[in-house]
Amino acid sequence: MEPSGKIKIQNLNLFIGKQQILKNINAEIPENKITVILGPSGCGKTTLLKTLNRLTDLYENIKISGTVEMGNEDILHTKTDITKIRRKMGLVSQRPYPLPMSIYGNIAYGLKISGHTKKQFLDEKVEYYLKVTHLWEEVKDRLKQPASALSVGQQQRLCLARGLAVDPEIILADEPASALDPVSSMAIEELFTELKSWYTIVVVTHILRQAKRIADHVIFMYLGEVIEQGPAGEFFENPKMEKTKAYIKGAFN
Amino acid sequence: MKYINRHWKDKANSTWMLVCTGIIIVLPFVLIIGLYLKSALLFEKCSFIDLIFSKEWKPWENKFGFAPFIICSLWVSILALLLSAPVCLLTAIYLTHYAKSRVLKIMQPVIDILAGIPSVIYGVWGILVIVPFVAKLGNFFGIHTTGYTILSGALVLSVMIIPFILNVLIEILRTIPEELSEASLSLGATKWETIKYVIIKKAFTGIISAFGLGLSRAFGETIAVLMVVGNVVKIPQGVFDAGYPLPALIANNYGEMLSIPMYDSALMMAALILLVIVILFNTASRMYIYRLEKYR
Repeated sequence: MEPSGKIKIQNLNLFIGKQQILKNINAEIPENKITVILGPSGCGKTTLLKTLNRLTDLYENIKISGTVEMGNEDILHTKTDITKIRRKMGLVSQRPYPLPMSIYGNIAYGLKISGHTKKQFLDEKVEYYLKVTHLWEEVKDRLKQPASALSVGQQQRLCLARGLAVDPEIILADEPASALDPVSSMAIEELFTELKSWYTIVVVTHILRQAKRIADHVIFMYLGEVIEQGPAGEFFENPKMEKTKAYIKGAFN
Repeated sequence: MKYINRHWKDKANSTWMLVCTGIIIVLPFVLIIGLYLKSALLFEKCSFIDLIFSKEWKPWENKFGFAPFIICSLWVSILALLLSAPVCLLTAIYLTHYAKSRVLKIMQPVIDILAGIPSVIYGVWGILVIVPFVAKLGNFFGIHTTGYTILSGALVLSVMIIPFILNVLIEILRTIPEELSEASLSLGATKWETIKYVIIKKAFTGIISAFGLGLSRAFGETIAVLMVVGNVVKIPQGVFDAGYPLPALIANNYGEMLSIPMYDSALMMAALILLVIVILFNTASRMYIYRLEKYR
């Protein structure tokens, strides 16, 4: 049977040392929707996100079992060319980490690495993705300036543009608004809503209101387990599990 | 009453701290002025430019040219830096980005041991191992040499400055946030590309300052170098020539020649030159770092 979701996670267990971070996760991430991984701090949301593009490789003493399938490829399989998988997934992290180069360089970096060197091509792409993230008007006169000179909100949009420039199918965002002021964080949320027609978006957050604003699909996690998952409307209006009800009421976070 | 007491203590303590800081700030200037006054005698007789650039070192004729010593010191320390810089950089990258954190824990004391070995022991090791090795190497290239050469000095020095450079490099590479690597990796870069284009670029100023620190250490190192470098006053023509570095000049002659006022003054002058060059190295690397940081 064809997997119905864009990404299919099956029987995923993850240990760091002796501690089990993810417990038997089974979940699906639907295509061209915003999936929110919701849950209180320390429940394993970020680890789950990082498993999707195997940034967990950077951790020491890690043990993973289970499968994460995208298309017909198992991402967790060690034979999989991980750089190719990662290029299909743009990452937006908690705080923006612009690469130590110019605004232009940040966006051109991923393209250059995958072998594009023609200046005209790079120029077009840089302009295009800066326009997509509504940065172009703000930065078009200072593309050669260091990216670190931008405001944090602009940096976060630059990081998104940088991720989009390598033409991914999926955007992974780890609490993308947690370091931003309300205006910038709204800008990011609106961007995600615009972008979902072209991309599959996965957003990790512990902010319930944010989840309600943007989610099409929710995966609710607690202490390393998936408690409940489903379409956003159903999840928020009519939660099935006691834990979910308590969380939505704000009993804990 | 109690309040006044506490207030007074607070004032007194901050004053002490200020005094201590003041002492540290004044120290280098006191050193420079002291050395200058001691070498003033030589300044009266000869021009500074002549002293620096003259090749003639004939104390018995009152000819004091420091060029051979300065050039030899530069040869030895720059060569030492060239030898150890790549090794240190690759080791630091390996330890911070490839090895398990256990390996770093094992390496740290090893590095500290290297740093703690007295320099005279490095000198003995140089005489026993490096000098014969360099002699053989020279013969291999058809150059007759005893092995007491610039190259031997540089080799010994390159090992001695490893712990200083390496420790700073490790610290610097560890301050770079992991998320930066993650960002680069998720754009499809390999680990090596990430290190080459992102990590090293981000750490560049720090790397330069680590090398600058190593160079300063190398320039001032005395005993180990003078034991293997040959101590012949001439401008070296190649790495298989013997040389006579500045610190060795001071260490070998101070105390014996004090009866000759001009000689005494010349040695103080050598110390002054040494100090000034080290300060120049430091200032230059600092200015370079400042400029880079401004434009990053």
